[in-house]
Amino acid sequence: MPVEASDVLSLRSSDDVVRARQAVRAKAVEAGFGIVDQTKLVTAASEIARNTVDYGGGGTLLIEILREGARRGVQLTFSDNGPGIPDVKAAMTDGFTTGGGLGLGLSGAKRLSNEFSIESMPGKGTTVTLARWNR
Amino acid sequence: MEAKSMTAIPRLLAGNEQALLDAWLDSQRKSGTLRSGQISEAQLGNDSRRLLAALSEGAASGKVDDIATPAWDHARNVLEEVSRSRAALGLSPSETATFVFSLKEPLFELLRRTANGDPERLAHEMWTATLLIDKLGLYTIETFVNSRDAVILRQQQELLELSTPVVRLWEGILVLPLIGTLDSARTQTVMESLLEEIVAEGAEIAIIDITGVPTVDTLVAQHLIKTVAAARLMGADCIISGIRPQIAQTIVHLGLELGVISKATMADAFALALRRLGKAVTENPRLRPEQ
Amino acid sequence: MAEIPVLKIGDCLLVSIQIDMHDRLAMALQDDLTRRIVADRARGVMIDISALEIVDSFIGRMLNNIAAMSRVLDAVTVVVGMRPAVAITLVELGLSLTGVRTALNVDKGLALIRQAIDEQGGSFARRSL
Repeated sequence: MPVEASDVLSLRSSDDVVRARQAVRAKAVEAGFGIVDQTKLVTAASEIARNTVDYGGGGTLLIEILREGARRGVQLTFSDNGPGIPDVKAAMTDGFTTGGGLGLGLSGAKRLSNEFSIESMPGKGTTVTLARWNR
Repeated sequence: MEAKSMTAIPRLLAGNEQALLDAWLDSQRKSGTLRSGQISEAQLGNDSRRLLAALSEGAASGKVDDIATPAWDHARNVLEEVSRSRAALGLSPSETATFVFSLKEPLFELLRRTANGDPERLAHEMWTATLLIDKLGLYTIETFVNSRDAVILRQQQELLELSTPVVRLWEGILVLPLIGTLDSARTQTVMESLLEEIVAEGAEIAIIDITGVPTVDTLVAQHLIKTVAAARLMGADCIISGIRPQIAQTIVHLGLELGVISKATMADAFALALRRLGKAVTENPRLRPEQ
Repeated sequence: MAEIPVLKIGDCLLVSIQIDMHDRLAMALQDDLTRRIVADRARGVMIDISALEIVDSFIGRMLNNIAAMSRVLDAVTVVVGMRPAVAITLVELGLSLTGVRTALNVDKGLALIRQAIDEQGGSFARRSL
């Protein structure tokens, strides 16, 4: 699938989470997303970016605009070298939280995305890839 | 670079433009292009001249095998204009493409005359010319299709706006009368504009009337439920009215919980909305017009 | 670090969130509001989020916390001005704002606070008789 544009950000602090939101918003606008699709994507990005900073010990975000025929989409790849998630399945259930949150981070982000995948192993870090397509 | 030095076409076009144009116009007249009367001789002459000039320009400064490069921008613009003006005249896209293809005849004649008895050379040049002119002709068809798609898109948009008006029934009360079959995409768009109107009007109550909707499937019902939930989050409330018996059955059958007050008629919904807002309709005989 | 201003209108506190907050700022706001409810003996807290383009689970948690704390302190919390795109996203996200009342704008928010305070005052008066 051809990549039309891309951006890489480092996620180390909560300021970076704000920056990530703005960068994702900009790419969503570039990809021609309507306001609702933009909001859903940026909200999903905020959830995962926060996880990367708070639990992953910091990491990176790769933002790509994809094209499939007439449709355009935005794909986000979050990677960190943190402790990893021992039980991904449990982490994906609503309400599950180890840090006192609402426990909606991963499962919520998945609901807001058209495509979602997560790879994580204890001691090997975590990679979350999500994508949203133009309606 | 190689292609340029390997073909004499750019040079030939530059050096024989007028002669080529005359031959082309001649052959077009002979083939009966003007017979239908849809296009005037002056128009034909103009189109041919402009296209030939643009072709010569593109070939001279760029590669002859790729018309997407900037050197061919002007040529593509001319092709787009020709395609549009002829579509407006009622000519089919094939007729427009044929117009471009008809340039092959005089061009091949020119190539044959200047081939100097070298058949290999002639075959190569004719093939290069064919590829180039085919690309140009096909481009006019692409333009036609793209502008058609744009018209369809615009009409769809207008239709959508026409069929989903949000009406201010009273101060603080909006009504969204849904008409026709709802598909997922349309429902989402409609619901979004309802929520925008709620904010713009400061309306605390929105009545969604589905009297004019023949069927409601799971997806549409879910959109309705989500919209009602979103309205509540914003500080407004929804009432669904006009639920016909069949739709009520479908909803129960699908096991859906509407989670919202629903009324059979819009009138009932309006009465409820007024009560909620602390308003009432009272009778005052003195207001009746004198008989 | 920039602070988010908290205004006092009568016995109500009004907060208008104008910027994209990072987490530390949101926590600071939560603490600040709680402190002010006690200090100013506020009966109502109005949070204007009409400028917020995003409400994620962290902000959602902040709003729920503020509502919970103000309830303990006998104050009413109303969130106003939520944008449609934000509301739609919150529904999709599955986030519910428990104990948070909402209104379309500041005017309706103030009216809602007055109404809620009157209701509470009324029941309290009846109980103490």
